[in-house]
Amino acid sequence: MSKSELLQLDIATAGKGLRDGDFTAIELTEAYLDAVEASRELNIFITETPDRAMADAVAADKSIKAGTSSKMTGMPIGMKDLFCTQGIKTTAASNILGEFIPPYESTISARLKAAGTILLGKTNLDEFAMGSSNTTSAFGAAINPWELTEDKKPLTPGGSSGGSAAAVAAGAAIAATGTDTGGSIRQPAAFCGIVGMKPTYGRCSRWGVVAFASSLDQAGPFARTVRDAAIMLETMAGHDPKDSTSAAQATPNFEALIDGGVKGMRVGIPKEYRVEDMPEEIDSIWRRGIEMVTAAGAEVVEVSLPMTMSALPTYYIVAPAEASANLARYDGVRYGARVEGDDLNGMYSATRGQGFGKEVRRRIMIGTYVLSAGYYDAYYKKAQRVRTLISQDFDNAFHSVDALLTPTTPGAAFPIGEKEDDPISMYLNDVFTVPASLAGLPAISVPVGSNENGLPLGLQIIGRPFDEGSVFRLGQALEDAAQFDKRPRLTLEGFK
Amino acid sequence: MSTLIEGREGQWELVIGLETHAQVTSEAKLFSGASASFGAKPNSHVSFLDAGMPGMLPVINQRCVEAAVMTGIALNAEINLVSIFDRKNYFYPDLPLGYQISQFSDPIVGEGWLDIELDEGSTKRVGITRLHLEQDAGKSLHDQDPFRTFIDLNRAGVGLMEIVTEPDIHSADEAAAYVTKLREILRYLGVCDGNMEEGSLRCDINISVRKPGGALGTRTEIKNVNSIRFMREAIAFEARRQVEIIEDGGDIDQETRLFDPDRGETRSMRSKEDSHDYRYFPDPDLPPLVLDTNYIAEIKSRMPELPDAKRSRFVNELGLTEYDANVIAADKSSAAYFEKAAEKAEPKLVANWVMGEVFGRLNKDGLSIVEANVAPEELAALVVMIQDGKISGRQAKEAFEKMWSEGMGALAVIQELGLEQISDDGAIKEMVASVISANPDKVAEFKAGKTQLLGFFVGQVMKASKGKANPKAVNAILQEILGQ
Repeated sequence: MSKSELLQLDIATAGKGLRDGDFTAIELTEAYLDAVEASRELNIFITETPDRAMADAVAADKSIKAGTSSKMTGMPIGMKDLFCTQGIKTTAASNILGEFIPPYESTISARLKAAGTILLGKTNLDEFAMGSSNTTSAFGAAINPWELTEDKKPLTPGGSSGGSAAAVAAGAAIAATGTDTGGSIRQPAAFCGIVGMKPTYGRCSRWGVVAFASSLDQAGPFARTVRDAAIMLETMAGHDPKDSTSAAQATPNFEALIDGGVKGMRVGIPKEYRVEDMPEEIDSIWRRGIEMVTAAGAEVVEVSLPMTMSALPTYYIVAPAEASANLARYDGVRYGARVEGDDLNGMYSATRGQGFGKEVRRRIMIGTYVLSAGYYDAYYKKAQRVRTLISQDFDNAFHSVDALLTPTTPGAAFPIGEKEDDPISMYLNDVFTVPASLAGLPAISVPVGSNENGLPLGLQIIGRPFDEGSVFRLGQALEDAAQFDKRPRLTLEGFK
Repeated sequence: MSTLIEGREGQWELVIGLETHAQVTSEAKLFSGASASFGAKPNSHVSFLDAGMPGMLPVINQRCVEAAVMTGIALNAEINLVSIFDRKNYFYPDLPLGYQISQFSDPIVGEGWLDIELDEGSTKRVGITRLHLEQDAGKSLHDQDPFRTFIDLNRAGVGLMEIVTEPDIHSADEAAAYVTKLREILRYLGVCDGNMEEGSLRCDINISVRKPGGALGTRTEIKNVNSIRFMREAIAFEARRQVEIIEDGGDIDQETRLFDPDRGETRSMRSKEDSHDYRYFPDPDLPPLVLDTNYIAEIKSRMPELPDAKRSRFVNELGLTEYDANVIAADKSSAAYFEKAAEKAEPKLVANWVMGEVFGRLNKDGLSIVEANVAPEELAALVVMIQDGKISGRQAKEAFEKMWSEGMGALAVIQELGLEQISDDGAIKEMVASVISANPDKVAEFKAGKTQLLGFFVGQVMKASKGKANPKAVNAILQEILGQ
């Protein structure tokens, strides 16, 4: 098989090829290492790990030969550079971590490693996962492989997990890890035309993941197909006693839950998601999605989630509040970058002032403000109450439906540099993804079509807590109906 | 007793509330697996969480929860079935996370009370406001280098119980009695070693003065007082200082002060204006701590007997005096030693021996009761021999000395020293018979009425027995035979 052909395979088919001896993990890895190199202009990886990848490939081939392989053995993946990896520089796309090399391995990356995956490198992201366009990365934004032509401005892959999404879309990784706090997996998946899954809060361990907002952060997979996402999530998920918020839930065989169709399932269409000024392309892809699941045998009903429009402001209080405390540890005292000052406070100010980028500083200040004496009740406490109401909205809806179908984003990928001077319009990117984050619900983004410029558009399916099975099943129905098989132009040219 | 203090313009009343930080005796820290033991090489007991590394998460140490519940029960307090861990945010190099995990609005233990004993034998009830769990900070070392500060994180993250009283305390004596009693209970429960010098028990003193019955005055807080003597000195100094300021027409600043033991005075540390806004909020890394009533009942069922209960049992069931019961029950190990010995021997006699010989030797050798060279079972054996009249008190002391210094058992020592009295009637009768037959003239005199010769016969028998015959038995047998 040629390298170009190898790069077209998804996890399910590549796994079969490896086990049948059609090709080796070393061959597959070499193809991907070429792709990583060829796609460097996309600024996907902060750190490439080719030596580690080859060592992993050798081990994977051994395990396949010995018959001890898993479904993920031999799969070359990208790791969002928010997961601490032992012995490999971990940056969170921030200058403040300096040359930080973790002496420990996050639970998620450890599970993937144990399952025989191959680490291609650490992917780019918004600094500390704070952003929706990858532009807050201290290493420059990753670039969306779609529509990358000389005459057009490069597009954002979305954020914060933009590097991981771009890697999978560009064929520079067969799959990748992401984290989602308010949409950081689903929005980039939609922008890049791939599948991104945020599982139920507590499904994946947060241990060893650089924290942004602890009550919202949740790891999940990026993949080319719903099936691949299910296979990869199965490896990532599981109770972890080192994370007190990790759920003591058995991990189902997600791949098996995909099959079985959606006949008789009730799918809710939340009317409040039909926002003012919604672009026609979004409305139309949503309508198409509704037709698709109806045709597949699901029953579609309109539901109401009255608190929807309060979700974004609630999120932008809760997340910065938690972040302001989570990021207090980056103080220049023990590790990472330090900028000297005249005294202790001078050192703190210089280190944090220069180490953090503008957006991170903005959120730390918002978070500090909403927790301050005199403002706590009006902001943080109120936001917590609204958060409870948002959860109740979903609970009520799930009395009558099995899942919800919504757009993932209010638009397609936009050029890098747009919306930079207006944080609010940037934050509006998350309007459809944030409610499920606040409620801790599983949600997937599946590519369903393209807009008139040929850019991919995704739809989101939100499920009940720990009912990833229904989410995957509906996602599979959309994928089957949409037959979205477009690939970004760059990939096909770059890999010939 | 009057607790009022004299000022120039009449009497003032002291109002004191105490916040005591008690380090939980545990293998591990409150949220990490690192060792919580004292005195190790700097930075050798530090987990990745304790060092504030990225992505590290706290997991509650169940032992610390259990200690808090036990202490709450001992303080007659309400155990909250749901409590919450909050982040208390401030920047300092010995606080690696940039926040302390503590409990703010929903502590694990609510209101309770503690009865304290005052000098005249009276008791006083001090209200407990709350008890919560929190992390200790690390230690900043400013004296290791002329230009730099070093940080030791061994203590960072160690579990503390903060126990807060109502402002019910009105004198240094009461404050001292409270801390003494609290420490006794903590040690009994085994939840804190109570060692104030090592800092495992330390007090913040909130103190104000007012005219008796008047409105509360402005308070100051004296931080981290680490001995009962310093606490007395700090309270005396601070009360005097406040009275003088007010009598001179000044106002008390609400501020945090430090006690300087070398100069015996308190000094301003920071004023209210400098106080932090800690921005408390629930720690999203930790779900609410939920306890069920079965768990609490189970802990209650295996709680050791507390000092007050022990004292009254010693008095009512074992017949000890109040004084003896107080002395012995003040320390759990001493009480255990006593009880072990008193299982087999007369408790009052055992109490005398524990408080006399045992405490005396421990004192002299600088040992604690658990290091005693005479096991309680052996002390009991010795006391039983006294009870049975086998040895005299004087002989027992001689034997005890040898048991202590050579680590021998009671019986072995008695035998080696040949101290065991002959109380066997047959043996004594034989000796009496031979003494009588050897002294027919004295027997005749005795029978003729010279009864004072009895002493002579006793002496002869004792001599024949090499001093081992039980004098009482000898006396009785002589009288019996000579009186025939």
